[in-house]
Amino acid sequence: MKNTPPETTPFFARDRAWHPPAFTPGYKTSVLRSPQRALISLEGTKSEITGPVFGHNILGEFDNDLIVNYAKPGEMALGERILVYGRVLDERGVGIPGALVEFWQANAGGRYRHKKETYLAPLDPNFGGFGRTITDENGGYVFKTIKPGPYPWPNGVNDWRPAHIHFSVFGHGFAQRLITQMYFEGDPMIWICPIVKTIPDENAIKGLIAALDMQNTVPHDMRAYKFDIILRGRRSTFFENRKEGN
Amino acid sequence: MVQPLTYFKESASQTAGPYVHIGCTPNFSGITGVYAEDLGSGSLVNDNTRGERITIRGFVYDGVGTPLKDALVEIWQADADGFYSSPSETRGKADPNFFGWARQPGDMATGEFAFETIKPGKVPFRDGRLMAPHVNFWIVARGINLGLNTRMYFSDEEEANAADPILSRIEHRVRVPTLIGRREGNTVTFNIYLQGENETIFFDI
Repeated sequence: MKNTPPETTPFFARDRAWHPPAFTPGYKTSVLRSPQRALISLEGTKSEITGPVFGHNILGEFDNDLIVNYAKPGEMALGERILVYGRVLDERGVGIPGALVEFWQANAGGRYRHKKETYLAPLDPNFGGFGRTITDENGGYVFKTIKPGPYPWPNGVNDWRPAHIHFSVFGHGFAQRLITQMYFEGDPMIWICPIVKTIPDENAIKGLIAALDMQNTVPHDMRAYKFDIILRGRRSTFFENRKEGN
Repeated sequence: MVQPLTYFKESASQTAGPYVHIGCTPNFSGITGVYAEDLGSGSLVNDNTRGERITIRGFVYDGVGTPLKDALVEIWQADADGFYSSPSETRGKADPNFFGWARQPGDMATGEFAFETIKPGKVPFRDGRLMAPHVNFWIVARGINLGLNTRMYFSDEEEANAADPILSRIEHRVRVPTLIGRREGNTVTFNIYLQGENETIFFDI
């Protein structure tokens, strides 16, 4: 961690037109799970601008290596070996150190290790499908995995998810908490996915597509995909009139 | 021409999906041996934690009253003296025996969630007035495109609730009870309604 004082200013307002709205009938499950009344606006108090920060002591040695973290000793998960890396930044472009990043995904055949999953593609006995890491002092993170497969899901009669990795990210404030998904450059399935299409702005979708990065690809080993995650920015500490206690 | 404002846009949210528990609470979903324990899954209190022990229980209901069985609920709260365990807490040091954050999946059979915690102290609003004791909630699930933020206040804090700067600004008073956890003994019941007549107040924080 850098030796700088923690920031205590409120976050930028969230651009709700950039995120998917709650009610997106093309994604059927949202219909009954979407609040219909206006949100009540709440400028950041201590309750929103603070948040949990996790130490590296929670991490195991292989938490960021999905190829081996569930595999039997000496074995590996099946599939295209890839390295996913990037930075967790805020909207000012400032790297966020110490951010917990969790990720989960289907296996190379598009199958999740979950009781409710019914897709006929087989489980990989050496693939659990999840991991986590904590960003370094510049906000950087990296993990190894296999490229997940696309899979069909019950929504429309013939809907498929593009290959994707789920991300859960903690910044430094509870108001920065975010869950999103990473897609892969060049995948034609992205643009026909009802969940992707909940996002109204094409540029917002492009912001979730990781680029193939041949510069960071490890020759004869694994290709690299670069995926930066942007969390909400914080207001600068200008002059501010405020009473004691906050 | 003017100087460009160079800001990035926040990464767009996507639903946590039906398999959020694989990533966030793998042991709960039956995948053991990778993480020693699910992060945030235990009690928030230990023998040395200061404060009044309570259990918060509830369900997350959809628009036709069916409890969600695939939701993930996170809470974030101050300690008994009103301090958050966070680097951004600059007013004082929080109880070292209270982290203040936890998360729980709903029970697979019923959907009920439960947190063993303490009743938080009062935290000041931006102008210095005290907010009534409250617990911050964040709810994600399949079908929720962007995590939902709400707060739970306490039914045994009528006076503080009446003076709370957030509760007192809500125009539609009939909706205020959706933010109040009902306390009976040491159990506080807080049900979250995503939609419908009793739709919970959610905040744009």
